[in-house]
Amino acid sequence: MGLSESFFGERFNITERDLERYLDEALSRGGNYADLYFEYLATSNISMDESIVKSATQGVSLGIGVRVISGERTGYAYSDDLSPEKILKAAGVAACIAAGPAQVEKSPLQEGPRRNLYPVITAPTETAFAERVELVKRADKCARGYDPRIFQAQISYADNLRHVMIATSEGVLNFDRQPMARINVRALAKQDGGPPQSGHAGGGGRVGLEFFLNEKTPEHFATEAARQAIVQLDAIEAPAGELTVVLGPGWPGILLHEAVGHGLEADFNRKGTSAFSGRIGQKVASPLVTVVDDGTIRNRRGSLNLDDEGAVTQRNVLIEGGILRGYLQDKLSSRITRAPQTGSGRRESYAHIPMPRMTNTFMMAGETDPSDIIRSVPKGLYCANFGGGQVDITSGNFVFSASESYLIEDGKLTRPVRNATLIGNGPESLQHVSMVGNNLELDEGMGICGKEGQSVPVGVGMPTIKIDKMTVGGTA
Amino acid sequence: MSENHLPELAADIVKQAQAAGATDAECSISEGEEFSASVRMRELETLKEAGSRAVGLRILIGKRTGSAYTSDFTPDGIRLMVQQAIELAEVTTEDPHLGLPDPSEFGSIPGDLGLYCPDVAEIETPFKISLAKEAEAAALDADPRIANSEGGSFDTNLSRTIFANSRGFAGEYRSSSCSLSAVPVARQGDSMERDYWYSLARSFSGLEKPADIGRIAAQRAVRRLGAVKVETQKVPVIFEPRTARSLLGNIFEAVHGESIYRQASFLTGKLGEKVAAEKLTVIDDGTIPGLFGTSPFDDEGVPTRRTVVIEKGVLKNYLMNTYTARKLGMKTTGNAARGITGNAGIGHGNLFMEAGEKSPEEIIRSVANGFYVTELMGFGINIVTGDYSRGATGLWIRNGELAFAVSEVTIAGNLINMLQDLEYIGSDLEFRGSTAAPTLCIREMTVGGR
Repeated sequence: MGLSESFFGERFNITERDLERYLDEALSRGGNYADLYFEYLATSNISMDESIVKSATQGVSLGIGVRVISGERTGYAYSDDLSPEKILKAAGVAACIAAGPAQVEKSPLQEGPRRNLYPVITAPTETAFAERVELVKRADKCARGYDPRIFQAQISYADNLRHVMIATSEGVLNFDRQPMARINVRALAKQDGGPPQSGHAGGGGRVGLEFFLNEKTPEHFATEAARQAIVQLDAIEAPAGELTVVLGPGWPGILLHEAVGHGLEADFNRKGTSAFSGRIGQKVASPLVTVVDDGTIRNRRGSLNLDDEGAVTQRNVLIEGGILRGYLQDKLSSRITRAPQTGSGRRESYAHIPMPRMTNTFMMAGETDPSDIIRSVPKGLYCANFGGGQVDITSGNFVFSASESYLIEDGKLTRPVRNATLIGNGPESLQHVSMVGNNLELDEGMGICGKEGQSVPVGVGMPTIKIDKMTVGGTA
Repeated sequence: MSENHLPELAADIVKQAQAAGATDAECSISEGEEFSASVRMRELETLKEAGSRAVGLRILIGKRTGSAYTSDFTPDGIRLMVQQAIELAEVTTEDPHLGLPDPSEFGSIPGDLGLYCPDVAEIETPFKISLAKEAEAAALDADPRIANSEGGSFDTNLSRTIFANSRGFAGEYRSSSCSLSAVPVARQGDSMERDYWYSLARSFSGLEKPADIGRIAAQRAVRRLGAVKVETQKVPVIFEPRTARSLLGNIFEAVHGESIYRQASFLTGKLGEKVAAEKLTVIDDGTIPGLFGTSPFDDEGVPTRRTVVIEKGVLKNYLMNTYTARKLGMKTTGNAARGITGNAGIGHGNLFMEAGEKSPEEIIRSVANGFYVTELMGFGINIVTGDYSRGATGLWIRNGELAFAVSEVTIAGNLINMLQDLEYIGSDLEFRGSTAAPTLCIREMTVGGR
């Protein structure tokens, strides 16, 4: 496929000559590198509450971001109007980060290799709305029917289809079509006049609507949300202080995202502001721990054919057998530190400057049977599900909130406990990993990662693991 | 920003929607210009500058609704948006409570609310860069332990909001803001800590001095050095104003009309009851000139107002839009808020706690053994149950004095008890955004540590 048959070529009549002209303007003041990011984003949302489809929204936003790098400096401008005059104006504004005559010889644009990690013929955004509304109604019916103690269910469904085109002064010309869909269910339960409790589940990915018909159905997510709400009805106060903690497989992998992932993003490390700065080759985790960030897994929420700077995504080993191996690089950091790009440059939209970000971050499976892990703990906490997390890159301290957890007493799961935050320190916590299960699971596809005001979809994953020591923020 | 025909366009879109079959319609247009300069280690790092706009439409056909938005302002783009909104009314369900506000509710606060100051648009780029450099330099020069920095930045935003509906409401307002911040990194031995300070104002002249911003940011980073993890214990917890504000955010979620009608808040059904210590009065006021939570009308075209949420510990009002008010058999409090389109949600105006009498120093002096919280992390708050558990950083109080830095601990309790257990409210109320709280002391919370 050439530019003329591409989405932007066909719909906006953009030619290679146009792209060359915009890049020339961007470099006209002496910048070393320039890129153009064209984006056309169509979104849909449906929400249901009290068994009423209360809202349905669809819309389009489109625009172009122009970036110029001059040494360590970045100039950025964008336009939501794709007319040549407006794009040239944005390129002229971004160019001003440099001051002098043009000095870089542009490489001729050449289309990159193509692959498709999300071969979805009809994206959910392109299907009839009635089909998507049906998914929402099914989830509502199932959540309410799960147990008479369920008294509220809220369902939200969202999808989008993003077309991007990236052209750089180094000659990269790449296109992508990125589908995404997600369903979320929240259920509320109460019994015997006691206080209500809530449960939440959701998931999806870069998938077609058939994913919700054949693989993970609305009933799957609804049952999970309702089950969690019911479990919480019997929850007791969570313990407080240092404990042995066992994390279940899948979404608890958010631990890795917070404890090590952000700390390994190259921008913080280049600036020396991360607790992991300058520690490549050092032991930062137990020898049982190998952590990978992989943007190439088919149909996953965090996957991309190419990153938002036009680089092909790949599988990056961050920690191998406990040893820190590498950072996640974007264009700017890789230029400055002369390290290879890792396909980790991402941005929320055309109005945002790219930076190093994670894709799908997970820990490789170990050899232990997960039931043996729980059996090995005389007294501790088992966390099956989490809400969000956060990290302070500089001190390395991170938190994540357990939304479904159980006391472990004499090697058995006993009582469910109420929500509690767990806190640890990145370079230290993973040293205490003493067992790793053979049951690696990826999450169901609901992660959103925020950094410096930009949100991007991500995935996480983990087998069951045991951490000998971690602080649990309960009240008991 | 443009002096163009956007109000006329909004009115025209409402007419197009009616012509296409809508029984009612609401159109919002927003237009904005952003600028950002950031410096790091005394060198310019990033310049960003751009403008953008978007239009949204929500329509009703009887008791069904549909919404659409676009950034394509061409006649074709607008036509497509109208058609998409109309088409969606087919898939939503009839909802008896749906509808625009009652005609008597529409209106806009007259006069100048001080939301737009032209001086923000007049600052030249080199001067903006020099301010960011000055703030960062003040941090770097403040203490030899400030050896690194995430930088300093100066940002401005100008925006224009236009709203029109099929019941004849038409309104618009402009707003401006600028901010200056510094994020230094302190280091001593193996301990590395970052903190920040900032100033935010509607007018350039309202900003605090760059040197003060840098100096305070540096002091905050340095005092975190050498932090230890304390033993797990139950002690008084003091929230400094920056962290006390987050408790206001929790109260907002708990009095949010949607959480109330869904019975998803620990304050559901508690109107008229004593839900907090008598010292506590919480007010939402969207009318205070020049502040960040101020606007002449809300996102349904209803004037903003002053609503007493909690008065001397008694829950007086929920915060509502038209829909949630109808569900609850009440009247809107002028708190409708939405993005560019969709059903209106709920937002707060200037939400604040009334100041108390004790100075922050007096409050600290009253505590023999306790925790002074300067930063909170994570999302461990359950508004349904009130369960509260967050990561915390701060200083330990020993015999009435800030004694040493503490980190990697949690604080936990339940908001129902925390509000009742408010022991002191400080005199240091200051608006640095749309929520403001003074120093607060809660009699007892669980600190989770070693």
